[in-house]
Amino acid sequence: MTDTAVDTALLEVHDLYASYGPVQVLHGLSFSVKQGEVVVILGANGAGKTTTLRAICQMTHTRGSVRVAGHEVHGKTTPEVVRAGVAHVPQGRGTFPDLTVMDNLEVGAFVRKDREVKADIDRWLEVFPRLRDRRSQVAGSLSGGEQQMLAVARAMMGRPKMLLLDEPSLGLAPLVVQDLFRRFGQINADEGVTMLIVEQNANLAFEIANHAYVLEAGEIVLSGSSDELRNDDAVRRAYLGY
Amino acid sequence: MSTRSTETPPTETPPGTNGDQAAAARAKVSESIGEGYRWLDRIGAERVRNLIALAGVLILFAIWAIAKDGFSLFVQRTFDGLNNGFIYAAMALALVLIYKATGVVNFAQGNMAMFGTFIAYVLIVEQGFPTWVGIIVAMLLSAVGGAVIERLFVRPFDPTNHLAITIVTLAWFIILGAIAGIIWGFDPKAFPTPFPGGINDKLTVFNATLAYAKLGIWVTIIVVVLLVNLLLRRTKAGLAFRSVSSNLESSRLVGIHTGRTLQFGWALAAAVGTLAGCLIANNTLLTPNFMGTVLIYSFAAATLGGLDSVAGAVVGGVLIGLIETMAGGYIGFIGTDLALASALAVIVVVLLIRPSGLFGTPRVERV
Repeated sequence: MTDTAVDTALLEVHDLYASYGPVQVLHGLSFSVKQGEVVVILGANGAGKTTTLRAICQMTHTRGSVRVAGHEVHGKTTPEVVRAGVAHVPQGRGTFPDLTVMDNLEVGAFVRKDREVKADIDRWLEVFPRLRDRRSQVAGSLSGGEQQMLAVARAMMGRPKMLLLDEPSLGLAPLVVQDLFRRFGQINADEGVTMLIVEQNANLAFEIANHAYVLEAGEIVLSGSSDELRNDDAVRRAYLGY
Repeated sequence: MSTRSTETPPTETPPGTNGDQAAAARAKVSESIGEGYRWLDRIGAERVRNLIALAGVLILFAIWAIAKDGFSLFVQRTFDGLNNGFIYAAMALALVLIYKATGVVNFAQGNMAMFGTFIAYVLIVEQGFPTWVGIIVAMLLSAVGGAVIERLFVRPFDPTNHLAITIVTLAWFIILGAIAGIIWGFDPKAFPTPFPGGINDKLTVFNATLAYAKLGIWVTIIVVVLLVNLLLRRTKAGLAFRSVSSNLESSRLVGIHTGRTLQFGWALAAAVGTLAGCLIANNTLLTPNFMGTVLIYSFAAATLGGLDSVAGAVVGGVLIGLIETMAGGYIGFIGTDLALASALAVIVVVLLIRPSGLFGTPRVERV
């Protein structure tokens, strides 16, 4: 978190509705994420967490306002939202299984025109040495944890203002998940990239998040700082399990 | 790659009985099989192993064939097989490009190539363009045509609805055939060769002849395949194309305009197809259905090589050309009448034994 930009909202979502065909999933969501913050959205299966992230990237049919760094992106195409500075790591990693690790990283920088792509690839291989060992393997042959690292590194290759992470812990061993979340905190601190994380693993998410929202049936039912929500009885029973 | 488990199941006959020796023998056999597998594993990637197995089969066949009909006839048949094989390779490459882009087999590919060849015919024979210039202009026009077909008749469909898109390609197969019939009629037309075509322009190797015109086809197609490979491997557009064919949704999420990228695949495929048509038309004469048979051999080539592999298309094309000629030449009852059936037999056998082909990626769904 940087002190200078504490109060500027990087992402402002206002009255967001989303639907798949006739089924409406989000019912007028409003929330914001400040520059440099880590924000987590908690919620049970089917609450609309994934849809929220997809709606921000304009990958579903949506209504309502989504502003990234002050620019309205509603009605734009997904590649245009990406160019506005949003990187989305979808559920199930979303790597390119037939491409090598190097190609995955290179295509992550697709929207960039500068000449520092090679240097950035080296830097992310430094951050994730396991990827360096496997740099000429195809992504489909990596383990789940390695794929998640690759997905995050690839997303960061686009030098985004904001990183959306959709259930990064899904299907990974607890130790791997802990390591990943520590790295997310590190990346947030080092790169100043704002993060919006959708998670069911509330314990870990609270450790790196500044702020949290609880989503139920397509509506935000609770919001507050991580510490406030961690001590909230309802949240504790539903998401922390004690 | 993990080594395969070849241990005998633990539920064997109890020790001390007669079965003991048999079990030991079985264990020994399965141990040596396991040893063989591990040896194969050490050789490297699966495709390398496939290539080695393939080379072994080809060498054995060559020895048999030379013993049967002599060396010079074998060389001649190899040349003949390669002549067709490189054309099939180019058409299979076009099929693979569209399969990678759109996930369907493009049934219109043959007639797209035929139409492009007619355009080259008009430019060269009727308008007097130099042969190469006419072919290149026809390739460019075909690329535009392929891009237009993609934009107007493929992109509006849900990209996961492969059946609908396949029907669209079938429709274009019929439409292009009909339009060509109306414009140019069904009388066979002579098409010029861009290479030296005189009666003495040929090489003689071990009493077998190879016309420069044929050698030119080989070289041209090898160069085009290398260029397409460079384009896909070394350029940003190529990287985008490979990304889109690997994961459409993630491609959007890294900012790739997927529609334009797929269109690029269609344009490239149309141009390569037209080149193949122009190169073979001198041999077959030009009619509105002259690419029909070629397309079937190319389907066989792409199936054999793996529908999503550029290298596979080329190897598959050359192999199918060789199989066609060798089966016709060495197996008496096949002759020329059943040669086409040999291509279909290859399709069936490959789909049964290895549906992803020699070089293709087996479909794995992650859940």
